[in-house]
Amino acid sequence: MTVPRSEPLTYRRPVSTWWWTRKRTYFVFVMRELSSIFVAWFVVFLLLMLRAVTDGPAAYDDFLDWAASPFVVGLNVVAAAFLVLHVVTWFSLTPQAMAIRVRGRPVPPVAIVGAQYAGLAVVSAFVVWLVTR
Amino acid sequence: MADSISLEVMRYRPDKNTPPLLQQYEVPLRSEWTVLDGLNYVKNQVDASLAFRWSCRMGICGSCGMNVNGEPRLTCGTFLSDYSPGPIRVEPLANFPVVRDLVVDMSDFMEKLPRVKPWIIRDDDVTVIDGEYLQTPEELDAYKQFSMCINCMLCYAACPVYGLDPDFVGPAAIALAERYDLDSRDHGARERLDVLIEHEGVWGCTFVGECTRVCPKHVDPAGAIQRYKVKAARESVKAFLLPRGAR
Amino acid sequence: MTTRRIEPLVWLMFSGGGVIAAVFLPVLVFLFAFAFPLGWITAPDHEHLLAVAGNPITVVVLFGMFVVLLVHAAHRFRYTLYDGLQIKAKVATAAICYGAALFLSAVAFFTFAFLLEAWG
Repeated sequence: MTVPRSEPLTYRRPVSTWWWTRKRTYFVFVMRELSSIFVAWFVVFLLLMLRAVTDGPAAYDDFLDWAASPFVVGLNVVAAAFLVLHVVTWFSLTPQAMAIRVRGRPVPPVAIVGAQYAGLAVVSAFVVWLVTR
Repeated sequence: MADSISLEVMRYRPDKNTPPLLQQYEVPLRSEWTVLDGLNYVKNQVDASLAFRWSCRMGICGSCGMNVNGEPRLTCGTFLSDYSPGPIRVEPLANFPVVRDLVVDMSDFMEKLPRVKPWIIRDDDVTVIDGEYLQTPEELDAYKQFSMCINCMLCYAACPVYGLDPDFVGPAAIALAERYDLDSRDHGARERLDVLIEHEGVWGCTFVGECTRVCPKHVDPAGAIQRYKVKAARESVKAFLLPRGAR
Repeated sequence: MTTRRIEPLVWLMFSGGGVIAAVFLPVLVFLFAFAFPLGWITAPDHEHLLAVAGNPITVVVLFGMFVVLLVHAAHRFRYTLYDGLQIKAKVATAAICYGAALFLSAVAFFTFAFLLEAWG
């Protein structure tokens, strides 16, 4: 029996929950997005450090000992790896997201990436100086 | 080089109640042949029931987009010899409903494209009689890359956001909106912003970047979308801060 | 007239948080998660660290940074849940993610308040 229909009987292919494991670029993308959880963890970690500082020298020393314990170091190594992934991908994507022109000429992507790493270096040097002087 | 290569082609018949299945065809492996040539060989010599779209066979019409070994590609620009010894899996363009065999239903994209008003919008009454619009080479360069889009929809096939949420306006539509916003002859940025500032507009994009990677014309839709987000954010800040008259 | 939307502003905070995470967080992590606890660099004595960290300027800057970092994380994780796990409860997911950011921002606020008190 033919049924008149206004649109074809189309077939919708389902998208697997594991779509992001099928291609390397998709996998790196999801890892990059998951770095956000570790950014939040580091905020918590730094807040714990600041609370220890507030509570006095003994609490501060306890915090440093706790931070040196294997489990915490292990967690922080994994978290730091994700943070590095964030830094590298964020810096490399910025030129694509912004078309910056200086005096009418487009700035080459390599310069934008380089400027960001330079900024990272300057900020890092400043913070190290501020904290260790 | 071997004589032939195997194509595993997805077949689907809407009048039959069966899910799609892969059918294997042997096609000659000629050094200058593309996947499209292989499909035409199948249709002409082996199985006339195979349905697929194609036209210019030179990468400018955007008709022959399909998923080749999982990658959205223009089959007229995808060489058989690059996949030797094969087999090569040829499936309809991902993220679109399949009408039959390798033909997908494009109506969603056709509905989205006019929504972003991809034409010159003027706020004056200048007509052709008054003379042509003048544009410097620098003004052309500002939008030229985004004007290269051939509406092949490979970017939609690559975009996981579109695959998971078909309400998303999508890469090509946003890149084309940006193409007109950046055109010095156009005054329609506000109208397009009202469409794209919605949740299914630019904000669904998470900058996966796969659209840019698969684009055969190097349009860089991902870049266009991020630039559009910055522009939309700037307009939103102005909308919140400035009184109505100054916007 | 452009209708007022909150998404662009959240996205701006997400972007700002991404920049802060890339530029400021690495050195803080290097020092406080590795160099000081593991003794690679001599840790500053408590008095000096309190003087630097508790300084009102530092407090304001750090609090601002922590808030955008939390918004960045919440925003990104929310979309990861949509796209990665294909969670359909969109409003609930958004509420939980931004709610957590709000909660942790409140925790940060009180942490900094007590820190300022200890400094002063």
